[in-house]
Order: sequence, then C-alpha cells, then structure tokens
Amino acid sequence: MVRSLSFTLNGKAVKVDADEGRMLLWVLRSDLGLTGTKYGCGQGQCGACTVLVDGQPVRSCSTSLKAVAGRKVTTIEGLERKDGLHPVQQAFMKHHAFQCGYCTSGMILASAALLEGKPKPTREDVAHHLEGHLCRCGSHPRILDAVMDAATGKGGGK
Amino acid sequence: MKRRDFLQGTGITGLVLFFSADQGFAQERDRPDRPNARPGYPSDFNAYLCIAPDGRVTCLVGKVELGQGSMTALAMLLAEELDVALEQVDMVMGDTDLCPWDMGTFGSLSIWQFGPVLRGAGAEARAVLVQMASERLKIPVEQLVVVKGIVSRKGDTSMHVSYGELVAGKKIERHLEKVAPKPVSAFKLVGRDTARKDAREKVTGKAMYAADMKLPGLLHARVLRAPVHGAALESVDTSAAEAMAGVKVVRDKELVALLHARPDGAAEALSKVKAKWKNPVSDLDHNNIFEHLPKTAPKARSLAAMGDLAAGEKAAAQVVEATYTNAYVAHAPIETHAALAAWEGDKVTVWASTQAPFMVKSQVAEALGLATQQVRIITPYVGGGFGGKSGGPQAVTAARLARLAGAPVLVQWDREEEFFHDTFRPAAVIKLRSGATREGKITAWNCNVVGAGDREAVTFYAVPNQRTLSAGSWQGGNPKDMHPFAVGPWRAPSANSNNFAHESHVDSLAAKLGMDPVAFRLLNLEEPRMLRVLTEAAKRFGWVAKPAPSGRGVGVACGHYRGTYVAAMAEVAVDRASGQVQVKRITLVQDMGVVVNPDGARQQAEGSLIMGLGYALTEEIPFKGGDVLAKNFDTYEIPRFSWVPKLDITLIDNPQVPAQGGGEPPIIIVGALLANAIHDATGARLTHLPMNPVSVKAALKAKG
Repeated sequence: MVRSLSFTLNGKAVKVDADEGRMLLWVLRSDLGLTGTKYGCGQGQCGACTVLVDGQPVRSCSTSLKAVAGRKVTTIEGLERKDGLHPVQQAFMKHHAFQCGYCTSGMILASAALLEGKPKPTREDVAHHLEGHLCRCGSHPRILDAVMDAATGKGGGK
Repeated sequence: MKRRDFLQGTGITGLVLFFSADQGFAQERDRPDRPNARPGYPSDFNAYLCIAPDGRVTCLVGKVELGQGSMTALAMLLAEELDVALEQVDMVMGDTDLCPWDMGTFGSLSIWQFGPVLRGAGAEARAVLVQMASERLKIPVEQLVVVKGIVSRKGDTSMHVSYGELVAGKKIERHLEKVAPKPVSAFKLVGRDTARKDAREKVTGKAMYAADMKLPGLLHARVLRAPVHGAALESVDTSAAEAMAGVKVVRDKELVALLHARPDGAAEALSKVKAKWKNPVSDLDHNNIFEHLPKTAPKARSLAAMGDLAAGEKAAAQVVEATYTNAYVAHAPIETHAALAAWEGDKVTVWASTQAPFMVKSQVAEALGLATQQVRIITPYVGGGFGGKSGGPQAVTAARLARLAGAPVLVQWDREEEFFHDTFRPAAVIKLRSGATREGKITAWNCNVVGAGDREAVTFYAVPNQRTLSAGSWQGGNPKDMHPFAVGPWRAPSANSNNFAHESHVDSLAAKLGMDPVAFRLLNLEEPRMLRVLTEAAKRFGWVAKPAPSGRGVGVACGHYRGTYVAAMAEVAVDRASGQVQVKRITLVQDMGVVVNPDGARQQAEGSLIMGLGYALTEEIPFKGGDVLAKNFDTYEIPRFSWVPKLDITLIDNPQVPAQGGGEPPIIIVGALLANAIHDATGARLTHLPMNPVSVKAALKAKG
C-alpha cells in the first residue's frame, strides 16, 4: 500500500511516498539516491546491504520501509562526522581493510555498531559479530585488524 | 599507419599538438576500414599519459580496478618513471574511448605483462620532457634532475621548469628511440608500501560501481531466465505484469524483459510473468559428472613426453596411482554482473562491471550489428571478478534493451542469476601414476588431465621419464555435451586443479617411501627460486621433518604460476566427529621478482589463500541436469571470518627478476596444502575437492 512514511536518514528527516512493503535497500538506492548501500544477495545472507536502524545493524534488502517508519536510519554516507571520518572508516583506510570495496559499507557499519555497544571487543568478538558478512576478496584479517585498531580509540590517523 | 606518420602526413609537424580526449588514441584504432580489428598496445606514449598545465598527470590504461590494487600499482610505475609524486597521478581505467586497448584484467598480467609497457611509456615521456627542459633552460640534459615533475639543475633549483609548463596542456609530439626504464636500484617509490588510491572512496561509500550509475529516464530491467540450462521457451504470458503501473515489457526473439523505473518494480513485474518451458532430459549431476567427463572429452593434447615411462617405473621402488577430481566452482563476486546502457544517436555507451572492457566492446558491437566505434564501454569500480567477469553478457543485454526501449537501461543480475549464468571453473579428473626410487628420486610421472586445462599441467619436478596429456579446457572448444553449462577462467585457471593433483600425489609418494614431504620435494626440485621459497617457508613455519601421517596435522605444497614461485605450510585440526577442518595457520613464501607495492602484493596473497580455503573445503556447484542448485550463499558456502587462519606471508626480495604475476599464485596450492595436512592429521588421503565434512568423514571411515 502506498503511504507517506517518515524516518530520520543520516540525521535528517525524510518523507517517502511509497509502498510500505518495499525493501529499504531499493528505496535508499533508487528513490533517495544513496548508492553506498549495496545489493549482494537479496536474502540477508551476505551483509553488503547493511545499514543501521536506531544504531543496530539490519539487512536493508529484507527490511521493509514500514519497519523503519519513525526510526533513525544511518547509511555509510551518514557515518562521517563533522571532524572527519568515523574511526572505523579511518582504520579501514589505514589497514587497507578492503579490496574491491563492495562489501565495505556493510562491514564498516556493522563494526561501528559493535564498537558502540562493546568498545573493547576481543578479536574473536569481532569475527563472531561479522560472521554473517561475506567478503570474496579475502580481506578478513585486515578487517579484524582495522576494527581492533579502531577499538583502541586511536583510530586510523593516516 | 602510425599516428605520428598520420600527423606528419597532414603537414602538422610542430613540436606539440592540441590533445583532447575526444581525439584519443582508442578511436584512432577504430578505423572504419577495419571495423573489428584487434589492436595491440600502442607504441606512442601519449596513449598512456596526459600532463595538465598544473602538472597533474592522467594515466590512461585499459586495465580495471577489481580490488586487486592495480589502480595504485600502475600509478606507482608511471610516477616512478616520470619522477612525479604518486599524488600527482590520476587514473583513468577501462574507458574504451579514452584508454589504450587492453585484452583484459586477468591472468595476473597487469604488472607482469602490462607493467613494462607503461614503464616504457613513462620513461620515454620523461626523456622527451627532460630534453625539452634542457632546450628551454639551456642546461645540458646530463645536468638536469626531476623532482615531483619539476626539472632543474642538479643542486641548484633556481632555474627550473615544470612538466606542466613544458607541455602546456598539449600533446607531446616528440619521440625518442629506445629509452630504457629505470633500473631497480634507482627506484624511489616502487618497492615501498603505498596507500591505495581507492581507499577514501571505498570507505565512504562514494566509490561508484556499474549499478550505482544514474541517468535521467533510467529503466531497470529484469530478464526472464530459463529455469534450467538448455530449456526452450514454449509460451509466455506477460499480461499480469503489463497490468502493473509503470511496467514496460520488451520482447525480442528469446529475450523477454520487464522494465520499470525502480529495480524492485522490475523484479515484481518479472514475478508475475507466467512462462512455459521445455526442459531437456539429463541425468547428469555433480556426482556422476566425473564418469561423464572422460567419456565426452575431446582428443588429448600432448604437453610433455620425455624419456621412457616403463624404464622409469622399473627403476622405482614405489609406484603410486591415483585419480584426483574437483567440482565445478563459482566466482561468486559480491557485486553481481551489472551494466547500464545509454544510446545517443547511433552510438551506445555502456557502464559495465567487467574485467575486459575492450572485449565487451567487441561483444556489444557484434551482437547489435554495430561498428566498434559506435560502442563505448566505461568501467567503473568492479566489485570483484576472479575471472567471472571476463566478458560482458549483461552489457549486451543492456545495450539491446536500451535500443528497444528507447531509454537508458540498467541490468543487474540477482544472486540466483549470478550463480546460473556464471562460467564455472570446470570440474576436472586428473589421473596420475608415478614412481620413485628408495632414495626418493622420482623416476616416472604419467599425468592425464581431463577438464582442467593446460596451465601448470606439466610437473615442475625434475623427472627424467614423464608424459602429460590434457583434454578439454576452461577456454572453450569443448564438445557440446561435455559440460552441462558454461565454463571459464576461475582465478588461476587450470592451475588450481593441476596443482591439487600434483602436490597431493607427490605427498603420497613421500608417505609411501616413509620420507619427510619437504625433504622429498627438495630432492626432486631443480629450479633455484622454487628451492628457495620452500626452504624459506620451512624455516619460517618451524617445519620439523617427519614422514606423514605424523598426527600433527601439518602439510606442505609448492607451486609455480605466471612467473611466480610459492611454497606454503599449514597446520590444521580435523574434528573426526563432524568432519570439520579448521585451518590454524598458514605460512607462505612467495618469489614474484620485483615487488611494486609490497603491501598490495601481501593483500593479494592473503586474498588468494583465503579464497582458496573455499574451493578446498566447501565450494561446489550442486546441479541436476541443467539445473544449478546453488541459488544463494546458503547453498554455496564461501569463506567466512571464523575460517580465517593465522597468516604469515613473506615476499622474497628478488630484484634480479622483473615483476611477475601476483594476483593469483598462492591460490593454486591451497587444495593440496590442506589435503596434505588432513592426511598428516588423520592418515586419510582426500582426492576430491571440496574436502567438505561429508567427504572428510567418508574418507576417515574408509580408512577405518
């Protein structure tokens, strides 16, 4: 059913007139022009489409527009802070924690959410948290290095 | 006619000429009299670089950035030769109107084969610029130095002129013969860990991939697909889809597509299409394929024939015979194939996720009946290729649909289509029979390859009596009934299958002789680079010599690919109850000659090893007849964080050898490495890939 739905997107109020059953991924990419969120599998199996809803990572390919009404959505485009990149973004840059970069937005958002709730995770905690995120290039060790580095509070710095 | 000759013929003989992108070199080779001629690398350095008045250098290459870091490594090579800062170089990659021709980004060729071309262009351009500076400054060439693109007298920067001033936004018309690139000893930038140029865009979500492109009036397309390979469309009813608002149905021969302004709208429309198909009858599946392949393979090619096999076996104390098999595997990049096509008059531009834009240009031209100069392919960032994006069927579809719809069209495969249309690594059957003396010298080697292809099919061990036959290939030319679907290059094609067989087999021989597998290898290797990586790996791993199976779960494998030598050792733990294999650590030593960006090369090695865990342990395309049963990542398991072992990677410094291939080599040894470690842990020898829990348990049970 087409409805007018409001939510907060990267700190700004947005209103979308759309079928409330549509998946957030396509609304973000196609209606709102935010293409940093990627399609990978369409069934919540790869993590490439991960965004934060009220700070929690969700798979936007299987999250309906209705489910985010009135809530706060953060995409990779909204992670940057006034004083620069988010520490996780800085650490990903420093460690080259990506190759093709296609899974990177989801990896960074999920990691940022982890550190928000658990500022001092173990390497195993991070691996466990990211287990549902697929990376075909094999950047896993560097992603773990980057998140652990970001967790020290030092960030990247490069 | 060369461009220089052409220009001279017009009477324009001045030093410099105005250069604009529209008059780029790619077009020049699109000669109307030779519409689909296949060009080579142009000899004029202007094809590869362009210097702006502010001194910024645009580097133009037909290679693309798939994640492998060539955007950075190629920029480094050009910056090194030109003596400009890396930050001054902007990369334009994979745009067929602007960039010089290139066959494609695969085969670990970018640095190994294309690197010298780019370096040569940079070296010649630098020499010309220095000569121009010498004339301008009235200082002999020998007394000039270049720092960050500024030419000045050695030890005196008061007299200087920049590249930007010398070129003044024009094309450099002067050329010099036989300018040698820098010797390795003069490198300032190459050989140092260097920050990737694509980093910031990729961590901020700004990096654009094919499906991220947007144009006014863009329509998203979903294409009706056969349920199984070889099915014929009998009837189709699109009325329910057509009743949906905003849906456009396009039909052209076998192509039925649903177009909508939104991607999910197109998908919904497709779900409403009712189609009847006639499916072919086939009993072929992922189990019986290994009996089927030898029966349907073409005539074998002889790749090696040396000495006398019978005499070799006679001299042997032990003879081992075994057959090694591997399943079809998918490329499974996280970015599915995508392309956006837009027409302007009789010219089409396609933004495509592809490893080979110039090949796609030809494919689009041929499929649509166009001359190549009517087609432009632009390659944005590619979200992984691994050989699976070596062509561009989705680009052809997008171009066709855009023409039929009269609007720009974006095609993005969904995950199921990605598995269905993929060109899999071929299933293979490799039969090996070999023997060695009591002292451990291999005397006979008889290898029969079916399906895998020729690369690395011939043993790298020094065996006096050997024969290698190979039938079928990932490159095509297979009989129609051999594979039930398309096969193609998969990261280090042929070599993964062949190395798995060879290095498993050598281990079996060593075990039969009661010899330590490393000592046995060292005894039979002659290539110094291979001996060096193996010895170094043993040292770094802390290898303690013992015949397998020792119960420790340690394994070794070495290999050669694209001029690069690799040796690795691994430690695994095998859970006998579940059949699960956990890789605890891998030590890798790699000699790839000169290393351009060490951090980038390590990244490729890490990626190769981790991707290798997949084909070794879980990856397999299940199928029945033409039905690909892998539909998504729940039916096709690729490596995850919990699998990742501790990695210790060493790149041997070898300035005597020019830069070799780096994108693939370590992936070839992972199959045998883990098979050998599993054997060492349990005494069970697995001869089939993947070594998933079911096959590990079966092997343990068979062993008793």
